[in-house]
Amino acid sequence: MPVEVSEAQVHEIVERWQRSESFVIEMLQDVQHEARHLPRSALEQISREVGVPMTRLYHLATFFKAFSLEPRGEHMVQVCVGSACHVKGAPRLVHACERHLGIKSGETTADGKFSLEPVRCLGCCGLAAVLTIDDELHGHVTSANVERLLKRFQKQEKKAEVT
Amino acid sequence: MAVKRLHLMVCAGTGCVSNKSMEVKAALETEIEKHGLAAEVDVIPTGCNGFCGVGPILLVQPDGIFYQQLRPRDIPHLVEEHLLKGRPVQRHLYTPPGEKGTIPLMSDIPFFHAQVLIALRNRGMIDPEKIEDYIAREGYQAAAKALTTMSPQEVLDVVKASGLRGRGGGGFPTGIKWESTKRAPSENGTRWVICNADEGDPGAFMDRSIIEGDPHSVLEGMIIGAYAIGATRGFIYVRQEYPLALKRFMIALNQARESGLLGEDILGTGFSFDIEVHRGAGAFVCGESTALMASLEGNVGEPRAKYIHTVERGLWNMPSCLNNVETWANVPPIILHGAEWFTQLGTGDVSENPWGGSKGTKVFSLAGKINNTGLVEVPMGITLREIVFDIGGGIANGKRLKSVQTGGPSGGCLPEELLDLEVDFDTLTAAGSMMGSGGMLVMDEDDCMVDFARFYIDFLMAESCGKCTPCREGLRNMNMILQRICDGKGQEGDIELLEEISACMIDAALCALGTSAPNPVLSTIKYFREEYEEHIREGKCRAGVCKALITYKVDADKCSGCTLCARACPVNAITGETKKLHVIDPNVCDRCGACYDACTFDAIIRV
Repeated sequence: MPVEVSEAQVHEIVERWQRSESFVIEMLQDVQHEARHLPRSALEQISREVGVPMTRLYHLATFFKAFSLEPRGEHMVQVCVGSACHVKGAPRLVHACERHLGIKSGETTADGKFSLEPVRCLGCCGLAAVLTIDDELHGHVTSANVERLLKRFQKQEKKAEVT
Repeated sequence: MAVKRLHLMVCAGTGCVSNKSMEVKAALETEIEKHGLAAEVDVIPTGCNGFCGVGPILLVQPDGIFYQQLRPRDIPHLVEEHLLKGRPVQRHLYTPPGEKGTIPLMSDIPFFHAQVLIALRNRGMIDPEKIEDYIAREGYQAAAKALTTMSPQEVLDVVKASGLRGRGGGGFPTGIKWESTKRAPSENGTRWVICNADEGDPGAFMDRSIIEGDPHSVLEGMIIGAYAIGATRGFIYVRQEYPLALKRFMIALNQARESGLLGEDILGTGFSFDIEVHRGAGAFVCGESTALMASLEGNVGEPRAKYIHTVERGLWNMPSCLNNVETWANVPPIILHGAEWFTQLGTGDVSENPWGGSKGTKVFSLAGKINNTGLVEVPMGITLREIVFDIGGGIANGKRLKSVQTGGPSGGCLPEELLDLEVDFDTLTAAGSMMGSGGMLVMDEDDCMVDFARFYIDFLMAESCGKCTPCREGLRNMNMILQRICDGKGQEGDIELLEEISACMIDAALCALGTSAPNPVLSTIKYFREEYEEHIREGKCRAGVCKALITYKVDADKCSGCTLCARACPVNAITGETKKLHVIDPNVCDRCGACYDACTFDAIIRV
């Protein structure tokens, strides 16, 4: 999986949002989605094409949690640390994920496969505690059953790579 | 169109989908096909039913039979029994906690029984991706009524008379906000309406549910609001963490445009209005009106001082009317059925003073240590006890209730003594909490109130934009103090210091994030002061949460020697043979709690 975005792609993204200043956050989201981070070259191109200063783009890129200046892992493990999940053991769940993936919260595994991120409420409080692996949401997760969940995902991942 | 005998309403809310409701739906379709029932039975994906704790949910209409916790492999039997032989399958029906008898009908289940649905009026009844379904349930009738038979002023007067107050947290009277936007001077007549769908309060998910289950209700509310105010353009700001909500909005917008309900000359009335959607990028503070508008402009979401209100100069310095999702969803029924209908529900009297009461209903998200978790819509003025015990089914696992937290990070923790409080905007504020967006988190004896206050302050510290000093520095210092109390290093005077910092933030912070941030601390000090004192003076955490103050032990009477805990322990602190008592070595144990979660006999205790 590449962590690059081509000049043509960035141009297409800028055009998609009508070169409009009020849509720069959307543009950054699309770049983040493509490259799993915001490469400097892409920011410079957006700055040029839309006509907003780099300082503002960096301000946005560092203010919002959706953005990252370093490449994120191929797969995102997001553990909800909202209030409902907190009382259902989210802190222990985060520790269990850290142990299993061998990284701290906010870090990416050395092979670039997984990033672990605690997130504020995912809005599924009825299923607390919850976590998402990429876009898939898992409810009623505990520090006791998360290892199996992650292992199963890693196994599927390996299988997909072979085939 | 052929009339179907049965409609199988499969919940396709995020909660049920994560519990594989789409696989259940596919299994239903396969079985129906197999038995040749396709001509008489329809399978319809619906929005969230609210009872997320028992998903995936299937509702068989028109009978109203409620099935829960279905798995794909249950479906062949269910189709055969129920659809072919007409016998509801007992084992998939709802059974109240601690009881044996099942309750087949949705309307008889206590969780649903006490609810009154206005904002959630279509929940579980329609396919949210079909405008026809919405229209069949009185959808867009209110917009048609407003645009064709009422003047903008008449629409405004109805909303004012209804006493509707903002459901996003502040409880500001909606009619007054609309009127101020309408009256505000605008050089070229431009005015905006904005929908705040940046639902950020941890523990609240009603907006997500409304958008995912009934997106047109929000659009219709915005159309009516825009007509009353004289706005030509609307904006929706939706959290990027809610991808399904975003998708449903986009589908609904296109359908509304195709049907002539958005765009130029709506319904041939000459009124033109359209809506665009923006995605948030993950910042709690963007739920604040000025921060949200800054973000809509493509800037960093930092709030500004509100010497001039956003109704006068908001987005791009134009008069802007911002309401949240639930508020907009309340508008169509009010226009359709009238202000009097709406004011029959709720508390107080709003005929003279719009702040004189709280009318209508409120959606709460029930979560935490309660039996029935999910979304409930109840009349204002209902007591906390009714919500927690009658609707919520009481505390899970036979534990004792400690506190009900309302209002998310801006709210407070209320003690058991206040369970008979009649819930509305003003009673909650008076009790030191707030309505907020309607999160309601129930905590039991295993939850530490100091830890919980620290949790919210941690959250707010991370989310504070850092623009004003009281909020940025106040939160950082409160966090430091709370952390040391949780670590058993609290000092005499810490409680007073927390109160002092709180007072400063309430007076001096720039936006509501900062001025309401002390609420979790102040309310826990007010109602649970003894827990703070125990932490500070005795180094004791009675709930067994604060790591530094507890030891994990094995209860010799309960341990069955199953070895689950020993296998779960990452530091090999647990020893013991199969079917014999296990022991935790306190010197090796790092108190991660893995054994506590792994044990199925409640044999791990925290002392």
